[in-house]
Amino acid sequence: MATRQTRTLARTMMAPAVILLFIWMIVPLVMTIWFSFQNYSLINPMMTGFAGWGNYAYVIGDPSFTQALVNTLLLVGGVLLITVIGGTFLALLLDQPIWGQGILRILVISPFFVMPPVAALIWKNGFMHPGYGMLGHLWKAFGLQPVDWFAQYPLFSVIVIVAWQWLPFATLILLTALQSLSEEQREAAEMDGAKAINRFRYIILPHMARAITIVILIQTIFLLGIFAEIRVTTGGGPGYASTNIAFLVFRTGILSNDIGAGSAGGVVAVIIANVVAIFLMRAVGKNLDA
Amino acid sequence: MGSITLEHVNKSFGEVEIIPDISLDIKDGEFVVFVGPSGCGKSTLLRLIAGLEDTTSGHIKLDGQDVTDAPPARRGLAMVFQSYALYPHMSVRDNIAFPLKMAKMPQAEIDKKVEYAARTLNLGSYLDRRPRALSGGQRQRVAIGRAIVREPKAFLFDEPLSNLDAALRVNMRLEITELHQQLKTTMIYVTHDQVEAMTMADRIVVLNAGNVEQFGSPLDLYKKPANRFVAGFIGSPRMNFVDGPEAEKHKAHSIGVRPEHFTLSTTAGAGQWSGTVNVAEQLGSDTFLHVEVDGLGLMTVRTDGDRTFAHGDKVYLTPDPNRIYRFDAAGKAI
Repeated sequence: MATRQTRTLARTMMAPAVILLFIWMIVPLVMTIWFSFQNYSLINPMMTGFAGWGNYAYVIGDPSFTQALVNTLLLVGGVLLITVIGGTFLALLLDQPIWGQGILRILVISPFFVMPPVAALIWKNGFMHPGYGMLGHLWKAFGLQPVDWFAQYPLFSVIVIVAWQWLPFATLILLTALQSLSEEQREAAEMDGAKAINRFRYIILPHMARAITIVILIQTIFLLGIFAEIRVTTGGGPGYASTNIAFLVFRTGILSNDIGAGSAGGVVAVIIANVVAIFLMRAVGKNLDA
Repeated sequence: MGSITLEHVNKSFGEVEIIPDISLDIKDGEFVVFVGPSGCGKSTLLRLIAGLEDTTSGHIKLDGQDVTDAPPARRGLAMVFQSYALYPHMSVRDNIAFPLKMAKMPQAEIDKKVEYAARTLNLGSYLDRRPRALSGGQRQRVAIGRAIVREPKAFLFDEPLSNLDAALRVNMRLEITELHQQLKTTMIYVTHDQVEAMTMADRIVVLNAGNVEQFGSPLDLYKKPANRFVAGFIGSPRMNFVDGPEAEKHKAHSIGVRPEHFTLSTTAGAGQWSGTVNVAEQLGSDTFLHVEVDGLGLMTVRTDGDRTFAHGDKVYLTPDPNRIYRFDAAGKAI
């Protein structure tokens, strides 16, 4: 509905920001692609020159890559499962009229304000440490052998920590969706003889579908690149048991000082992220059509 | 069957008493309209009957059975909401079928009933659309369809026509009245529009501040209003009231004359009261004059549509002596 002048004006005014963002994105991407085709190792400065597909063959051919890919999918899937189901449940609870609702909601949201490395450290030392963690004490109180979480269930432990961090986000989005459901619709369903479980299934859940889609899309984007939690807790180990693609790039590029192979891994990670995003948009994106 | 009895029903929200004490007896098959100004408690009363609100004290009986503590689903009533409350993610068919599906009715029977309801309400060609793709009037019909498939003991309507435009409202008014004649089920209808109340109801409950001012047939309310509130609320345009010495001539604290009960003359001195025309509303069929009557204030007068008046015209009014309503100091009709 804008006139031609306002549209031209809008484009002109937005251009600097768009151009700047574009440069910010395209320069590192092009440099990464460039390095990925170079022999470039910090340990061996004599080895230079064009590497062809060598770096890619090296990264993808390594068994750790397959494991990292599986771990990435397990991590994303596991956290999504916990946060969407747990978030729906928490949102339903928080939607009930209770005393101290405001404070309770802030408490529920608070994990989201904790920085990822800090959250990981709290979990690592405060909860999951077999010697002095809370869970260790709990196990001992029942006379059980404390579990060394990061050694025995490394990926599961990382999933739990990340899910704890993202649960508030899911809860918050789903709660607002729940609150936008018209009271009359609920009452109509009640008059129509729908019991609580049917009201949830036929009225509330379809109403929340769009919010759930948004939670899945946004979380997937962030969860594909989980790094700090792994770095602080397991360091990707034992072996490659808790290494995802992002952490594999870090291991190859920084820990092994192989910039060429690391860059190749980075390019592969970008491609994987895009593939996942396309599949996701296809699968759940139709919920976003108004 | 669907007789509804309220016995000393009281409803308070915390300190605020919305309905002090109401007793009503609604007969099976009756079309009863709750009418009153906004905030008078008419919607709350309907929601109490529906079971969407709990009564603070008193009893609600359906067919003689006490349902005061029964959940809404158990009462066997159907409600049509002001916003229609259709389920947006379901097709019209699924919307109408929803109560039957919840009652675990076999699919074949559901299909038959939905088909019947769609035919009754002319919804046949919209069955597979979503509510979003329907106009206001069609949504209204779907909401009614969802109510009738359940074959409820009574229908509850909560201002169902207030979101429709004027022409459609008149149409739907007729359709609902026809539906009532066809189904012969008890209907309770809440509105703030006294025209809807007058045209549709078998009996009208006039509510004010949570109290029943009068319960009777439309013409009863029009001809024999129990008090000044009912007299002023029923009838359009509203009754003119006169206080003071002019009322004392009729041995009353105040008197009321409806706009249609005046004889109007333009000949000087040919009337009891004289006044000046302020505004003339020409409707074609009628003309409503807003007359500044000397010493008595502004009055509305109805006259036929063929006479034209201009601002400042001098007119002379004589109220019909048999149709002067008299009220005492408390507002009660004498």
